[in-house]
Amino acid sequence: MNKIIEWIDKRFPLTSNWKAHLSEYYAPKNFNFWYFFGSLALLVLVNQILTGIFLTMNYKPDAGMAFASVEYIMRDVDYGWLIRYMHSTGASMFFVVVYLHMFRGMMYGSYQKPRELLWLVGMAIFLVLMSLAFTGYILPWGQMSYWGAQVIVSMFGAIPTIGESLQQWVLGDFTLSDVALNRFFAYHVVTLPLIMLVLVFAHILALHEVGSNNPDGIEIKANKNPKTGIPVDGIPFHPYYSVKDIVGVVVFLMVFCGIVFFAPEMGGYFLEYNNFIPANTLQTPDHIAPVWYFTPYYSMLRAVTVNFLWVDAKLWGVILMAASVVIFAFLPWLDRSPVKSIRYKGKYFKTALTLFVISFFVLGWLGTKSPTPLYTLLAQIFTVIYFAFFILMPWYSKIDKTKPEPKRVKE
Amino acid sequence: MKKITIVIFILCLAPFSGLFAAESGMALDSAPISTSDNASLQRGAESFVNYCLTCHGASYMRYNRHYDIGFTNEEILTKLIFTGQKVGGLMESAMQKKEGEEWFGVAPPDLSVIARSRGADWLYTYLRAFYRDDSTATGWNNLVFDRAAMPHVFYQLQGEQKLIVKTSDKGEQKTLVLDKQGEMTKAEFDSFVGDLVNYLVYLGEPHANARKELGLTVMAFLLGMLILSYALKREYWKDIH
Repeated sequence: MNKIIEWIDKRFPLTSNWKAHLSEYYAPKNFNFWYFFGSLALLVLVNQILTGIFLTMNYKPDAGMAFASVEYIMRDVDYGWLIRYMHSTGASMFFVVVYLHMFRGMMYGSYQKPRELLWLVGMAIFLVLMSLAFTGYILPWGQMSYWGAQVIVSMFGAIPTIGESLQQWVLGDFTLSDVALNRFFAYHVVTLPLIMLVLVFAHILALHEVGSNNPDGIEIKANKNPKTGIPVDGIPFHPYYSVKDIVGVVVFLMVFCGIVFFAPEMGGYFLEYNNFIPANTLQTPDHIAPVWYFTPYYSMLRAVTVNFLWVDAKLWGVILMAASVVIFAFLPWLDRSPVKSIRYKGKYFKTALTLFVISFFVLGWLGTKSPTPLYTLLAQIFTVIYFAFFILMPWYSKIDKTKPEPKRVKE
Repeated sequence: MKKITIVIFILCLAPFSGLFAAESGMALDSAPISTSDNASLQRGAESFVNYCLTCHGASYMRYNRHYDIGFTNEEILTKLIFTGQKVGGLMESAMQKKEGEEWFGVAPPDLSVIARSRGADWLYTYLRAFYRDDSTATGWNNLVFDRAAMPHVFYQLQGEQKLIVKTSDKGEQKTLVLDKQGEMTKAEFDSFVGDLVNYLVYLGEPHANARKELGLTVMAFLLGMLILSYALKREYWKDIH
């Protein structure tokens, strides 16, 4: 065995990589519950790729056959229903895991120096994930697939001057049709997964360069054992975190399988009821709602109801919606706090983060509803709170009363 | 920090609680669904091919899938197939889409997954809520689906209902009363529609029972994995202080 490894090591950096990324990658020993979601995101990515391959074998990207081919998978393909539910549940759970992963970063200041690039790569992954979800949702060619996509694509049309021709260029047609279904299928199964894999690779590479943050937000590399050069608060990722993450994986799988086997529609949130109606290009549904993970942004898109500064309301909505996603990328430069972790931040930051979380959920809930004057007003108020969290951050994070950080991580 | 975590979990559960439920529309009757009741599913299947399949298709479903609910090959050929199709064929409608558009103004929708988009309670209420209305093209209207294109297919069984509208300070109250008695009593008809809707639920997802059964095995396996993996983690982490 050793001889084989020796033979490989002379030709390929196997042992050195194993050490650098697993057995001698030192992670802080005080990771808590929130630190499971990175490895879980990787698990869901693998799940999506594997189940996706099997779905591709039976799915037909053809406007006339797509809906029926999904039902064919659900009925006639052996365990097709399982593969399909794993993929559809995986899509929603990907967002659950990624949102919790991002929230962890916001709580413990993981985006702060020296992890700005790590955060930016993560943001790029988030954008690709959203594109994957969008292109994937079109594929079953149900009513919500069709009309949801119609809403999103029409946003290109809101761009002045070039909007309309840009929209036609994206769709390859004057309206959403078989042409678009074909190209969105190509993006969903080839282009975007490839970009995703490269970005995830870069994300892990960047993480292992700077080392993991932790709930105390202090740098474990600042305190190394002088003899060994190993951080005193660090433990090797393997075996300690590999065995710990396995527990996380099993608990996650229990939730995941609970949904797949007992509530795959998740009350209409994971699989919308209206998407069991084949796409009808002549009949707009009374109420178009995107899947839950897009609803906060959708609320903000709808929140703008007046023209302002020579720009019409629809374009403002699109700008606001794009900004609401992209603004996360600026966090490393918006946060002026001297400490990273929420444990040592003051009242202002804690209040701001709580309000942000509440506004995210309220906007998400409003996005599933048909707009009424009251709902629109609520959406406007919470859109302001959502953005205030980011825009006011340089101010409140600076004047906030912080507590002193400890020298060593706490248990 | 703990508080934020608690707030998040409460907010996560909010959409599933009854807190925000109660959308508009009339109250629906609760459908008697039991997809493990093969006798009910078989009665429903026979009613379906007799009453629905002439106009509607269930074209994602194969006849031989009905082995699942206890039909034999012979029974499928004699009780379900009247069109000379093969036992492995799809349950397609006898009517052409174009004819449907000409006759009803809109082609009758495929019913394979109708229970998944409409829900069992809606179907159960809808199928029992037809009433006489001379102002429509078919002479029938429906309390749940106003001006439905579908006529009352079961009027011989249910009889004819008539709409009574009472106006009070609470607004309009609409109720249906039986005007002409049909072949069935109310209880018989409710049970007839119940079987049919039960079958439609089965038709929407034929593997639903297998899914739940497999789910129990998987959960039991994961529970075992949880105990083992947690023991492994504790063993390794003993020396971390």
